[in-house]
Order: sequence, then structure tokens, then C-alpha cells
Amino acid sequence: MQITRRQFFKVCGAGLSGSSIALMGFSPTSALAEVRTYKLAHATETRNMCPYCSVSCGVLIYTTGDKSKNAKADVIHIEGDPDNPVNRGTLCPKGAALLDMVKSPSRLKYPEVREAGSNEWKRISWDDALNRIATHMKKDRDANFIEKNAAGVTVNRWPSFGFLASSACNNETGYITHKVLRSLGAVAFDTQARI
Amino acid sequence: MALQSLDIARRSATTTPAPGVRQTTEVAKLIDVSTCIGCKACQAACMEWNDIRDEVGNCVGVYDNPADLTAKSWTVMRFAEVEEKGKLEWLIRKDGCMHCADPGCLKACPAPGAIIQYANGIVDFHQENCIGCGYCVTGCPFNIPRISQEDSKAYKCTLCSDRVAVGQAPACAKVCPTGAIQFGSKEQMKDYAAKRIVDLKSRGYDKAGLYDPQGVGGTHVMYVLHHADRPELYKGLPNDPSISPLVSLWKGFAKPLASVAMAAVALGSLFHYVMKGPNEVSKELEDELEKEDAK
Amino acid sequence: MTNHWVDIKNADLVLIMGGNAAEAHPCGFKWVIEAKKDRKAKLVVVDPRFTRSAAVADYYAPVRAGADIAFLGGVVNYLLTNDKIHHDYVKNYSNAGFLINPDFKFEDGIFSGYNAEKRNYGKDTWGYQMGKDGFVMVDPTLQDPNCAFQLLKKHYSRYTPDLVSKVSGTPKDQFLKVCEYIAETAAANKTMTILYALGWTQHSVGSQNIRTMAIIQTLLGNMGMAGGGINALRGHANVQGITDMCLFGANLPGYIASPTEADVDRKTYVEKRTPKPLRPNQMNFPQNFPKWFTSLQKAWYGNAAKPENDFAYEWLPKIDGAYDTLAIFEKMHQGKMNGFVCQGFNPLASVSHKKKVGDALAKLKYMVVIDPLITDTSEFWKAHGEFNEVDATKVQTEVFRLPANLFAEDTGSFTNSGRVIQWHWKAADGPGESKGDVEIIAALFQKLKAMYAKDGGKLPEPIMNLTWPHRIADKPSPAELLMEISGKALADVFDPKDKTKVIVKAGEQVAGFAQLRDDGSTSCGNWIYSGCWSQAGNLTARRDNADPSGLGQTLLWGFAWPANRRIIYNRASCDMDGKPWDPKRTVIRWTGTAWAGNDVPDMRPDAAPAEGVMPFIMTPEGVARLFAPGMADGPFPEHYEPFETPLDKNPFSPGNPKALNNPAARVYKGDMEVFGKAKDFPYVCTTYRLVEHFHFWSKHVRINAVLQPEQFVEIGEELAKEKGIANGDRVKVKSNRGFIKAVAVVTKRIPTLMVDGKKTHTVGIPIHWGFKGLTKPGFITNTLTPYVGDANSQTPEYKAFLVNIEKI
Repeated sequence: MQITRRQFFKVCGAGLSGSSIALMGFSPTSALAEVRTYKLAHATETRNMCPYCSVSCGVLIYTTGDKSKNAKADVIHIEGDPDNPVNRGTLCPKGAALLDMVKSPSRLKYPEVREAGSNEWKRISWDDALNRIATHMKKDRDANFIEKNAAGVTVNRWPSFGFLASSACNNETGYITHKVLRSLGAVAFDTQARI
Repeated sequence: MALQSLDIARRSATTTPAPGVRQTTEVAKLIDVSTCIGCKACQAACMEWNDIRDEVGNCVGVYDNPADLTAKSWTVMRFAEVEEKGKLEWLIRKDGCMHCADPGCLKACPAPGAIIQYANGIVDFHQENCIGCGYCVTGCPFNIPRISQEDSKAYKCTLCSDRVAVGQAPACAKVCPTGAIQFGSKEQMKDYAAKRIVDLKSRGYDKAGLYDPQGVGGTHVMYVLHHADRPELYKGLPNDPSISPLVSLWKGFAKPLASVAMAAVALGSLFHYVMKGPNEVSKELEDELEKEDAK
Repeated sequence: MTNHWVDIKNADLVLIMGGNAAEAHPCGFKWVIEAKKDRKAKLVVVDPRFTRSAAVADYYAPVRAGADIAFLGGVVNYLLTNDKIHHDYVKNYSNAGFLINPDFKFEDGIFSGYNAEKRNYGKDTWGYQMGKDGFVMVDPTLQDPNCAFQLLKKHYSRYTPDLVSKVSGTPKDQFLKVCEYIAETAAANKTMTILYALGWTQHSVGSQNIRTMAIIQTLLGNMGMAGGGINALRGHANVQGITDMCLFGANLPGYIASPTEADVDRKTYVEKRTPKPLRPNQMNFPQNFPKWFTSLQKAWYGNAAKPENDFAYEWLPKIDGAYDTLAIFEKMHQGKMNGFVCQGFNPLASVSHKKKVGDALAKLKYMVVIDPLITDTSEFWKAHGEFNEVDATKVQTEVFRLPANLFAEDTGSFTNSGRVIQWHWKAADGPGESKGDVEIIAALFQKLKAMYAKDGGKLPEPIMNLTWPHRIADKPSPAELLMEISGKALADVFDPKDKTKVIVKAGEQVAGFAQLRDDGSTSCGNWIYSGCWSQAGNLTARRDNADPSGLGQTLLWGFAWPANRRIIYNRASCDMDGKPWDPKRTVIRWTGTAWAGNDVPDMRPDAAPAEGVMPFIMTPEGVARLFAPGMADGPFPEHYEPFETPLDKNPFSPGNPKALNNPAARVYKGDMEVFGKAKDFPYVCTTYRLVEHFHFWSKHVRINAVLQPEQFVEIGEELAKEKGIANGDRVKVKSNRGFIKAVAVVTKRIPTLMVDGKKTHTVGIPIHWGFKGLTKPGFITNTLTPYVGDANSQTPEYKAFLVNIEKI
């Protein structure tokens, strides 16, 4: 057994600062051992799905409160849904960190506009944002909509407007987006799915 | 027999006997390195469940991030590129507390109740009792505990004692996408490991085996290794870990010495502890001795 | 996926190539591990890098990025020359015996009908020989030199192990070892599953990479089998669903081809897309096209779509060419677009050639970003040092950023890669004033509609008449929408065999697409989802995970399209008499009176085997295609080099410079000119994902930023030595389109390969960094990538291009 002088001193040093205290009955706290309180005991559990990859793992989202009117639900923890036949409660490092996505400091909270040539964002109301966007769209559509091509065939398309659709949105979003885009005559649209 | 028992088996720096009437099943976490893809889901789940967030570090030329265990990273993946029989193997090991049956940290700990071993085998740190002396670090044969720079307390994996207490698996075991981390009674885990070892042997890993080192009385975190004959291949997993000789010295000699001969100083220490926080060996003395040791 | 995630556990051999399931789909990958643990299955990985999947594989073989067809063509050749094919299956269930037009030729790397100027093929010679009975002529002995089988044999006889090794860089012994593993599954009761992803699609020959594997799986008889199939492991959580909803200019929901300028009226359009069967007695399921299309128009235009106005056919826009992402940015770059919306899409980071994309966005009048997070695209106009060099004052684009909700704040359905549609429930409100995506689109549409109602404008009719049966116009509920997608009867629907019997009453939800009609009596927003919300309610919300067969089919969990079928083409899991090839893994079987078993049969339930109705009901042939005349770049996959290649000629047709790269791939003017040459950019580069991150989202997530904090590139030890780069050094990687700087990870996991007699090094670049987020700021990897796509799908070639690298 090799013990250096330094190690020996360390042993004694620790003796000074710690155990001897307890020996004399001066333990800093009482002798109870408790595990950390289980944090989900009365949280509300909601079944949802991980938004990352196409395994579409089932997740359980835990929120504070019991859905009563005055208790604001706040997401406090997310873990795998053991019932889901594919992930069976497991998650990957992204799914396991979903809480930090929900709580990311990069979450957008308000509509904003960056005016032409400006170097900053400006907060605007939803109503302003949608009015301005719809005005742009209508102006462009009415100016550039092609009703008939050179051969006289009715083509009814709006080629100067583009749209790239998420592949992380719900089916319902995808459907209503497609329905709205076609009704406007949009054709220059695609989805993340292609790339 | 419940495995989530909170009965205390051992408590640091305490001589009060543990309760012994209730029967408890020993738990274990089994890490099957042969099915681990190094995805770090365990690291993510550990941070998320335990409300710890390590710093955003740097890439240091390897996949290991955070690069080492810290007070805020209680488990890390260690990646080793090894060539065996001309074939590349990427050995990936989840590192963290082994929850030894004979825990060196607990034995070394001078702070009463700072380290607890539950009857189910979990070794847990109770930071409110921790004095930050770092003795657990010295006592640990696996180099696991870390002292926080922020609050000078020791931290490490709790085996999610809060989850186990209510009948759940630790966050890392539940989350593991490939099932490389399993959790159950120690007996179940040994049975499961035996099956995995048969499978690995059938795939040419003749030396596949279970890592449950007896030098620390066996562990409550075990590994299935493809090369059980050479644990050191897995980024320095100790071949035959045992409790540091320092801890034996502490138990056999230094502790009574310190207790009796320095009782008076201890009172001062308590005062110091209450007023200023944890004590440390004088920096100057450390440096001086380091120099001397280096000779 | 033709099969589904859990079914992977039923495989005897799992081949991962063109993907890295452990890295990109860890929770699905568990079923690979289960197959290994419980079935003693073997896992073989073929990849340019020794990946996380390879870390737990039984066998790993390297391949040069961009040489997959060379490798797989060699496998086809191996199977045919060693007679390792499933004979009964090939003979009966494929077009092996179909006679091909004798004028079809393949010479010097090019198929007959090529137009070099237009870079495309005329397909006149690619057809079948038709008999007097109106059906394709077949030689059941497979001996006719013009039958598909013999042509296949001839085509791939050139793919010898030596040439394969020379092109792919895979050492010959390793290539042959993989062939041996694969060949074992030619046994009727053995299956191989192939798990691929963007490693195959993101090439200028992407679709043909997959086609080659489809040929292999057909030769081996692995389609339709439990533990078999062709399994595309797709990207985002609802990438499958959004693909099914066809957010593409060229398709309407349910893969209904969009009308083009040539489809002058509804009749022309419908007739062209309603195929006739090519063999007797076949189901030829696409013959139902008029029902799907009419029901869609009824879903969109309700009473305004009527027989008198051709069910509002005129209101549908008619396309005049390509509208894929690359085509859209090309148009934008040419200044032909004014407005643009990015809904949960970050094109500045995720589309190739960042400079071109950034320049294109700067030409817009207005751009709208709908996203839960700050995207790099939303700040394309803002200077972010070296990472984004731009002068904001010169960018005149007005940019709007609208905060959207995340999954946790939204109710609705996602479709996983295995085609299972699953419902999820909202847990909490989003932060601040964020709104759901449906609500944002609906509110915007209501604004537009009000403007058209007030002021009129160009063709307001489709806007004013668009069905909007929502209780709250600005906030349609997901339930209302999924019911519309699934479909309902608008009038009583009668049994075609008994015209007096009502099978669905007016107003009721239909049970499936079999109940759809082409007379306007039904509506359905997406025929392949039909039945997901039936009279029984929302079947996507089902949560009974019982698995009585032990195959993992869980038929009462959610709803799989089509018709809740979990394994597509499952009729092919049985022999001609209807007996399962492997009774231990019975998917379905013929009971003597009907098809039944552990899945929804992919066959008319009462089609007795003696009727000879073949399993591939979505083809007019009824069988799988070894010879596929529909492809843009040839009926047989052929190896072509990536557009940026370390080789100066294609070793499969060294005499023909036209056959160096995919001759039918579209390349825009200006992009061809900036393809790099091997003399300046000597290293093969490939880009990919890491398990710790997801595209450009998780850089905003603290835990993931901790797990992989900083941008890096990976190189092999040999290249590192040559260039004096040590592990952890900072390096600059350049392509002919730009540069990035990052930390070097020097690893044994990137092998140096011998390609065409030369040492070939690979540089690997994970994609996840950008100038916004919690990770250390980084460069957008797509600064480097070339602006060219697959000839069929126009998916960009992110996976194989050329770079140079130097220590900074």
C-alpha cells in the first residue's frame, strides 16, 4: 500500500472538517434520508407525439395543474409513451430533450415584421400582420394570375407566389394548406418532404 | 419484497445500525454495450429528469460531449475506436455511477448522511449534508463523483432514486431506444445478461461476459461487454476495481486519530462550516506536497 | 415503408445502406436490435462511413458516396449468375417474362430515345410488346431474349465484382461477403429488410438507387413478406402525412397527378390517368381514379362542383412545368417571384447552394415565415459575421415572422414512416401570442376571402366557393378537417351489386375508398386516408396495442393507410395457391373462401388464387416491375457518377462522356458552370445528420446543444496525415460554391478507398449548425452543396460532391 504524504494529510484534513463533527453530535441536519420528491405525482398527463423524425414516437407530456380554470398548464416534463407499439416508452436524445424545445429561448412569441432595408424586427399585432400579408398576396395575385396560356387553354394559375410547407405539421394543417393554395391558383409550392 | 424500498442500508460517517426487518430486492441497471449506439438519449433523459443542464461546450475532436462527467452531467458516453483482428470496432460505453455494493465513496465520506446506501442497492448523495471535501472522489474506484464549482457539493447519478422509489425505472433506462440499458432486480439483470452473452458468443465474441466487479462487492450497474477479458478497451473501465487504499487507511487508522486527537479542532471546523461553507486543504500546502510527490 | 417499424423485428437479415437508422431513427432501430436478439438476425451495414449503425452490425462494408448503383447492380449480377433468386416469385409476381419492345436499346451508357439537348428521354421504345388481345405478351419460360428477365441479366452482366470494386471502392472480398448474406434470403422462408433513407434519395440518381434495391427484393421474393419490403425511413414526424397530402405543385392530395396545360378538359385529364389493365384479371386499382378525383373536388367545392361544370375542373390550376424546391428557387433567383411563405421550413439552411438561395430570397417583395422557432431563413437579410455575409440595407424584401405552436400545443394527426396515422392531444398553450398552424392558414385565407368579397379580383370563384364547413371560420378544428379528409356520403350510396341497397346514408362518414363514387355522391379530401374517420369515429385515436399474431401488426392501434393495411403487397407473402411462403410468419392466407389472417389483405377478399389476380394491385400489370418504363432516366438503373466526381470517366461506359453523369438530370444554366472539378477539389464529400440533433431545430434546444455543441467535419486518419491536420484542429472546407470552417474530427471510421486505382478520401460533414441558436454559431453546410437534383424527384445531391480541405 503506497500512500504519499500528501494523501495522508488529505485524509486527516477531511477528518477535521467532516466526520469528527458528526461524532460529536453536530450533524448539520437530522439523520433522515429521503429521496428527492417525485415531481410528477399530481401533474396532468397528455398523450402526444414527438415532432422530430418519422418514427413518430408516442410521448407523455406532463403539465402542472389539473386543468382547473385558474391553474395554468405549464409543461414540466416529457417522456416516452410506453403504450405506443413502436417506441414502447423509449426516446432518442432529441425526444428526451423535448422539454427544452418547448421552453427554448428561441421560441417566437409575437408576430414581427422586418421592413425593407431595415436591420431590425418590429413587433406587430396579428391583425396587422395578416392584413399586410393578405394585401401583398392579393395585389400580386391580381397582377400576375394567368387565366389562359398562349394557346388559349384555361390554366388559372398564380406563378409568382411560392410556398414551402413543413413536414412537421399535422395532416390537418397539410390538408387545409393544400386546399387553400390550390383555390388561390398557387402552383409553386413544395414541401420539406422532397429534400 | 419491494425493490423500491427506501430503507437505509448504510449511511456515511454514521454508526447507527440500519433497519433490518424488512426484506428488499436488490436492483440493478444493466448496460449492454454490444447494443449501445452511443446516441446519448440517456444523457439527455438524465439532464431532463434531474433538472440539470451542463454548459454548452466545444467539440474537442471526438463525439464525447460533455467531454467528461461533471456536477451537471451525471452520465456521459465514452467512445473508443478499437481495431480487433483487423476489424474496426466502435466501443461506446455509458459511464456513470456503478452503485457499488461496497461503495468507496460512502466509506470515505466524513459527512454524516451525505452518502446513503439504500437497501435496494442505490447509493445516493444527499447534498444538504455534503461538506464538499471531495473524499468521495478519492474513495471512488471509478472516478465518478464531481464537486460542483457553484455550490461545492458532490454530485453523481442517483439511479433516479426518486423514480425507483415510486416503482419506475431510472430515466436513462426507460429512454434507451435500443434497450441497451435495462433495469430490474439484480437477479433478472444477471439472467438477461447471460442470454446476451450466449448471443454474443454465437457471433464470434468468445470473451463476451458480464462486468460485475467483485473488488467492490459487485455493482448495481453492470455491463455486458464483448471483450470482458479487457474492460480497459472501453475507455479505461477498470479491470479489477477496488476501494482506494486511502479509504482503508481512513477507516482503520486516520478516522479514530482524527476523531480523538482533533476533536477540539473539529468544533472550530463546525463553526467554520456553518459560517463559511466547506473546508478545503490549504492550497499552498497542496501545491507544496504535489511538488514533493512529483520528486 | 412498405412494411412498418415493428415489422423489422421479423427480418432474418437487416441491410442498412443509404441510411443510418441508428443515428437518424434510434427508436425505430430498436426493432433491428430485437431481430438480432430474438431471431438471431444479422445486420449488415454498407456506408461510406463506419456509422453508429455499423457499431452494432455483424458486418460492415465501405462504399464510395455516389456509387450505390454500382454496388447494387453488382448484387443483382451476383444473384442472377449464382442462381440465388426466388424462382416461383420472380416468374409469377414480376414482369420478368414480359416481352419488351425489340427497339429498346442500351448502348454505351445511354438508353434508346435520348435527347442530349433537352437532357431527357423519349420513351417510345421502352414499352411492352402488346398482343392482339390487348394485353402484354409474356414468355413464362423467361427465355425470350427480349423478355425483361433476359434484358436484366444482360444489363447487369457488366457489373462484375472487379468492376464493382473498382467503382465503389468496396474491397472485392467485402462486396462478395455482403452478396452472400443477401443471397441467403432468396430462400422462400427467409427475408431481408432494407432500411434506407436520404443516403439513397439525395443523389442525382436517387430514385434509381431505390429502384435497384426494388429489383433485388423482387428477385429474392422479399416484397409483401413480414420482415421484408422496401423501407424508406423518412424524415420528419409527419413527412409521410405531408407527402400524402401532396404539398407539391405537381400533385393533388393522395398522389393524384395535378392537371397540366395538356389536360384541356376534365375528360382528357381523367382518361389519361385511368389506366387499362395490362394483363387479364388484374385488379388494376388505379382504374378507380375518377372516383378519387371527383370525391376530392366535391370535398373542396361541394355543391359548386357539379356534373354541369365538370366538377369545377376549370378552377384547378394547370401546371406548365416543374415546381419542386430547386425549380422554385431557380425561378425566384431569376426574379420571377414576388411572394413566398416558409411554413416550418428553413430553406436557407436546408436547400443546396446557400448563396443562390440567399440571393433569391433577396429578390422577393415579401416573405412570410411561419415557425415556432427563430429560423436562419427568417434572418437571411441580416449580417451574422462570416456565417452570413450580407448588407441588410440592400435587401428590400419585407419579412414577416409569425409564431406557430409546437406539437405540445396542438391537437391533430401525424403519419409515421410505417404509414400509421396517429392522433395526439394538446397539452398546453403556446408561448405569447403563438397560434396553431391551421389557425394561421385559416385566418389568412379568411382575410383574403373578405378582400375578394369586397373588392373582387382575378378569378374569385374558387376562393369564394371553397368549402369551409367549420364552426369557427378562423379556427377550423382538427377533427372537422380529418373527417373531411376521410370522406362522407353526400347522397345515399348504393351497393353496386344491388342497386336497392344503401351502404352509406347521406351525411355519414364512408368506411373506406371502396365506397367512393365518381358521380358526385361522395366527398373525400384524400382517398388513401379514406376510412380513418368512419362512422365508428376517429380510428387514428385508437390505442389498443394488442398484438395477437406476435408479428407486431397492432391492427387496433391508430389507422394505417391504405385501409388499415400494415404490410403493403401482402398477397405476395403467399404462393400461387395462397399458402404463406413462411407459415411461421403468416401475414395473410387463402382460407378456401377468402383472404384472411394477420393483416388487411392487399387483394380482393374473395379473389380465389385460381383467378390469377396478382399481388401488385397498384400496377396495371398486377406484378412488380423489374423493367420500369416510367422512370425518367431509364427502365433499368445504371451507374452514373455524381455531378461532382473524382473520376474523369464513367468506368461502366468509359468511351461516352455523355454518360459520365445522369444524362436525364435537370441542370440549370449557371449551376453546371459551378460544379467543381477533381483537380481543384480532390475529396469526395458527403453530408449527414447526427443523432444528437435534428436538422436546424435542435440547435435551439439546450440539452441537444450540450450534447453536440460545435460544428465539426470528419476525415480519415490517412487524409489527416497527408494534410497535417490533427484531431481538434480548425479546418476550412471549400467547394466551388463557398467554404465553411469547423473543428476536425480525425477518425478511423472514415476509410480511404481505392477507386479506379486511386486512393480516394472522404470528408464527412454533419449539417446541424447555423448562425441562430444555442449551439456555438456555425456555417451552413449547404453553402457547399451542388444545385442539382435526382432526375425523377429533384431531391438535391447533398450526398456526393467534391471539396478541398486545409488546416486554418
